[in-house]
Amino acid sequence: MTVLHSAPKWTSNEGVLDTLVAALGDKVVAAKEEHGEIVITVVRDSVEDALRLLRDEHEYQQLMEIAGVDYPNRAERFEVVYMLLSLTKNHRILVKVTTDEVATVPTVTTLWPVAGWLEREVYDLYGVLFAGNTDLRRILTDYGFEGHPFRKDFPLTGYQELRYSDEEKRVVYEPVRLAQDLRQFDFTSPWEGADYVLPGDEKAGEGK
Amino acid sequence: MSGLVLEESPTTGDEIITNYTINFGPQHPAAHGVLRMVTELDGEIVTRVDPHIGLLHRGTEKLIEYKTYLQALPYFDRLDYCSPLGMEHSYVLAVEKLLNIAVPERAKYLRTLFAELTRICNHMLNLGSHVMDVGAMTPNLWLFEIREDCLGFFERASGARMHSAWFRPGGVHQDVPQALLDDISAWVDKRLPELFDDAMSLVVDNRIFKQRNVDIAVVSKEDAIKWGFSGPMIRGSGIPWDIRKAQPYDAYDQVEFDIPVGTSGDCYDRFMVRVEEVRQSAKIIKQCFEKMPAGPVLSSDRKVAPPSRGEMKASMEALIHHFKLYTEGFHVPAGEVYVATESPKGEFGVYLVSDGSNKPYRCKIRPTAFSHLQAMDFMTKGHMLPDITAILGAMDIVFGECDR
Repeated sequence: MTVLHSAPKWTSNEGVLDTLVAALGDKVVAAKEEHGEIVITVVRDSVEDALRLLRDEHEYQQLMEIAGVDYPNRAERFEVVYMLLSLTKNHRILVKVTTDEVATVPTVTTLWPVAGWLEREVYDLYGVLFAGNTDLRRILTDYGFEGHPFRKDFPLTGYQELRYSDEEKRVVYEPVRLAQDLRQFDFTSPWEGADYVLPGDEKAGEGK
Repeated sequence: MSGLVLEESPTTGDEIITNYTINFGPQHPAAHGVLRMVTELDGEIVTRVDPHIGLLHRGTEKLIEYKTYLQALPYFDRLDYCSPLGMEHSYVLAVEKLLNIAVPERAKYLRTLFAELTRICNHMLNLGSHVMDVGAMTPNLWLFEIREDCLGFFERASGARMHSAWFRPGGVHQDVPQALLDDISAWVDKRLPELFDDAMSLVVDNRIFKQRNVDIAVVSKEDAIKWGFSGPMIRGSGIPWDIRKAQPYDAYDQVEFDIPVGTSGDCYDRFMVRVEEVRQSAKIIKQCFEKMPAGPVLSSDRKVAPPSRGEMKASMEALIHHFKLYTEGFHVPAGEVYVATESPKGEFGVYLVSDGSNKPYRCKIRPTAFSHLQAMDFMTKGHMLPDITAILGAMDIVFGECDR
């Protein structure tokens, strides 16, 4: 596919995927190149070794980010995505592992100290556990927060709200009360596969 | 101040004092927002710092999952509210990368120009407040004049001083009037260097400023890499890494500029890198004026970019396109991309996952401040309490972005 967009252009991806897959060997679960991004899924338990190999032998010196993604319909619902950057080769790749609520992902704080907070964030927002991270506290949510808010089954409005109470002279926590329902607009075209019955169209399937 | 613990001590002789812990923030003028740092002190020497962030967490990424691609854009202005257009830049490029659509030449130059203007705007605030944090008042006030000019330009381009929402997938929202370009051009040639050099003449060779910054929080190249530094922080440590140069986007491969690097990796170097970046940005802006062609500023792909008002009055199809874009929005092909640009503060990345619908499935924002702030502990260790403000100032942290 010809590249039309003007997003950042790094060194050519040509041959990189094959080299890395060959180097990682049986640690690789899946690998693809799409939209100009190289994405390698590795076995969960060997992610630390895989990243060490990429760092030490393939010059991916920097870990820029760790992102969690939730796919509730999958057997292992969470994906943890590591964004690696090579300063010398001027190249970026994404490395992924999948996990669920109970399985632990080996920490990579042993390779990059920056992973400490990045893993804390994924733990806080998704509840992914990292084995070996010595400081797995919540980071972005409130002190004493319960639940993992970025999971797809966590409601956008949350469960608790807080306000300053003038009677008690302190901030109080209360269950969320919405003055009006949360408005969810579904503008997807009904002719292009909306998954609800169109208003007035309830009898459409009856005669068949 | 809390937790001053005096151990049992005899009435004569030495008193045994244990380390004590103070809260830096959550409301502290030098915290540049809401940052609580639990700081353990041995006398006046910092032995441990534990930054508590998230006090400004608004769940931006979650909110974006419930909005169409276009509705999600203004959230980016509100991340790093000191350099809003720099935040939008990563997002629109990520959407464009998934869509794989071309952007008109003029739009590329306009985005480059305004991204650099944003850089100047951001550095004015950071340099000024850094200087103020270590004790000088005047340069901050002088630099705010430049910042005010920049905000005026943003207003004339987009209608909003700060929350512009002007970069759009496919280009920019509207073309700018020629008068604005002329004014920016005149401003870059005359007013900017005058005001900026004036203000910097007070600071860069100032004895007190140097005493507070030189050799404070020295970061080696190895540390800068392992702690995920980017932007002026990694350049301050002597690594010539700039995404604009290494992985050019928009019109950055068409313009010439230099990358300033530090030599010793201390707070003063980081400050001076930013000072030089302002001058380089001015250079880029001037080149944009020379090279910018006339023409459209928004993609002509009507499935992504809306038609003009005039077109809508005459064409039914244009009207339908407009209606569809502002209700349903556009659908983005399924896939995932990580796009990082050189925002004024460092690498600002967007990891965008699309499931093929009109809303992002996941939009992970990579803030610059997150990894920089994490290094606070090792950077402050062994320094004095007042150095914390200098180190924080040289990091250039904004909590809208850090906490999301």
